[in-house]
Amino acid sequence: MIEINNVTKTYKTGTLEFQALKGVSFAIENGEFVAIMGPSGSGKSTLMHILGALDTPTSGTYFLDGEDVSTLSDDELADIRKQHIGFVFQSFNLLPRTTVLRNVMLPLIYAGMDKEKRRSLAEVALKASGLGESHFYHLSNQLSGGQIQRVAIARALVNNPSLILADEPTGNLDSNTSEVVLGTFQKLNEKEGHTIVLITHERDIAEHAKRIIFIKDGLIVDDTKTHSRKVIATPS
Amino acid sequence: MTTIDILEETYSALSGNKVRSGLTMLGIIIGIGSVIAMVAIGQGAQSAVASRIQSIGSNLLIVMPGTQRGPGAQVSQGRGSANSLTMADAVALESGLTSTLGIAPSVRVRAQITARGTNTNTDANGVTSAFATVRNFEMEQGSFITDQQDQSLERVAVLGPTTRDDLFGVNADVVGQSIRVKSMEFKIIGVTKAKGGNGFGNQDDEIFIPLSTALRFLSGNQYVNTISISAQDAASMTTVQQEVTDILLARHKISDPTLADFTVLNQADIVATASSITQTFTILLAAVAGISLIVGGIGIMNMMLTTVTERTREIGLRKAIGAKNSDISLQFLCEAVALTFMGGVIGVILGWSISFGISYFGILQTAVSPSSILLAFGVSAVIGIVFGYYPARRAAGLSPIEALRFE
Repeated sequence: MIEINNVTKTYKTGTLEFQALKGVSFAIENGEFVAIMGPSGSGKSTLMHILGALDTPTSGTYFLDGEDVSTLSDDELADIRKQHIGFVFQSFNLLPRTTVLRNVMLPLIYAGMDKEKRRSLAEVALKASGLGESHFYHLSNQLSGGQIQRVAIARALVNNPSLILADEPTGNLDSNTSEVVLGTFQKLNEKEGHTIVLITHERDIAEHAKRIIFIKDGLIVDDTKTHSRKVIATPS
Repeated sequence: MTTIDILEETYSALSGNKVRSGLTMLGIIIGIGSVIAMVAIGQGAQSAVASRIQSIGSNLLIVMPGTQRGPGAQVSQGRGSANSLTMADAVALESGLTSTLGIAPSVRVRAQITARGTNTNTDANGVTSAFATVRNFEMEQGSFITDQQDQSLERVAVLGPTTRDDLFGVNADVVGQSIRVKSMEFKIIGVTKAKGGNGFGNQDDEIFIPLSTALRFLSGNQYVNTISISAQDAASMTTVQQEVTDILLARHKISDPTLADFTVLNQADIVATASSITQTFTILLAAVAGISLIVGGIGIMNMMLTTVTERTREIGLRKAIGAKNSDISLQFLCEAVALTFMGGVIGVILGWSISFGISYFGILQTAVSPSSILLAFGVSAVIGIVFGYYPARRAAGLSPIEALRFE
């Protein structure tokens, strides 16, 4: 459960001030699949940083599972990210020359979980993201783009977060692999009940979500259910 | 994050780029290895020099005659040339000195020595029985000159091993044979053990005959060349030296000590001078090695800084998935310390092997001191922490947003 109230964010460079968010409010229930859409410079990245507890708002409040995240320190934010949030990035960000399994286990290392449990959770997450067991011991640089992004999704899933934040997850993929990745998100949302927030600038991609929040110049201009939602049939 | 996790992360990061990790360690390996080897060589040299000097006798004082100068004459014959020390001086010292182990006056005559078809030119020393103990001579064959033989002016001789080799062949059994010195026949009663050379000439190439015999038949007067005195212990040497000076000044009726017609050499002074020289060299060698250690440390910092820049995105990712600043800085610090630690261990092995090799091939008897290993290890640990700290702090201080965007 996410609740954002009148959030603003102002960046200062020297004497110049730039307001990236000018008072944004919305709520996302558990189990929703929301796309945050907007052109570049609209403030969607800033919003994603705040939602992902990577940054705090200049004013306004942000409640994640009932906890006020907007006033926390760096280390407390790190704890929030560790327990509540899973990230999927446009540029994947896997550790190079490291096995798939180890990449997925990485968040659990920081959570201080024991080895056996880390391994079994990582295997479950990899299967949920649709990657076969044969790839578990491949090095991250031996995989194709689609496989890499599915490893990244598994890494986001592994700590069972309340929110999966995907920042342009298909930006570096061709349209076929994009479909596979978006299908994976839809399956995770439908079958496993994960809350997913997808940040994108493409309407085409956004329409895979159930709800689209359109943001422009730091303000929400539209927040509706997806009219003609694209559903990718996944072989269960 | 447990210790094992940190170690695993460190291992996977360092083994991910083996060539670079190896090259970085090389700086530390050479640094530590050379510190240990250099200090070992320096200390080996120091003890070698000290033991050479000790071989002429322990706690030794040597009294030598002063410069020969006739009344009003300007031509100096050089130190030790004067006939200013007599047997009477030696006797007076014997009765006047308290804390000595022995007093051995001796006279040295250069002579041609012949034996059955061979001959050599060497020093013939007239000595008393005390000479063997005072000057640390041990016997290889037979026995040394006795007081009895000295008093009865016997013609007996003890050979140095080199002289024995020259006259009779290497390791020949010569006791009972005879040699001729200035057409007088001397019966050989013993051979001394080899001592090796020192700053005072070769102690192996000389012969010893009773002092009285030498004075009577070879030099023909009562003057002695040296009086060797063995003090009871190192602490009493200065006192004995002062006593010797006082007694001789009084006997020679000289009031101004600067005009003394004799010189007293103190072995402790020689040892101290020699060891201060070798110590200076040890410090010099260690300093050179220390500089290479610092260069190695800077190499580590350089590599860690490059790594931080190169792995900025990874740092951003680690932070995004919940790593605290302390987790990041600990990880990078661990990598730096692991590099210096492994470099340190290999360096110690290298340094040890070098000094072992030097001893093994007989170049110098080196001594690896535990303190130099501890020092080198301590320094490498400190280098790891000091030169790893700055890069680690830089990595930890990165904002996750900026780090993830870094291209």
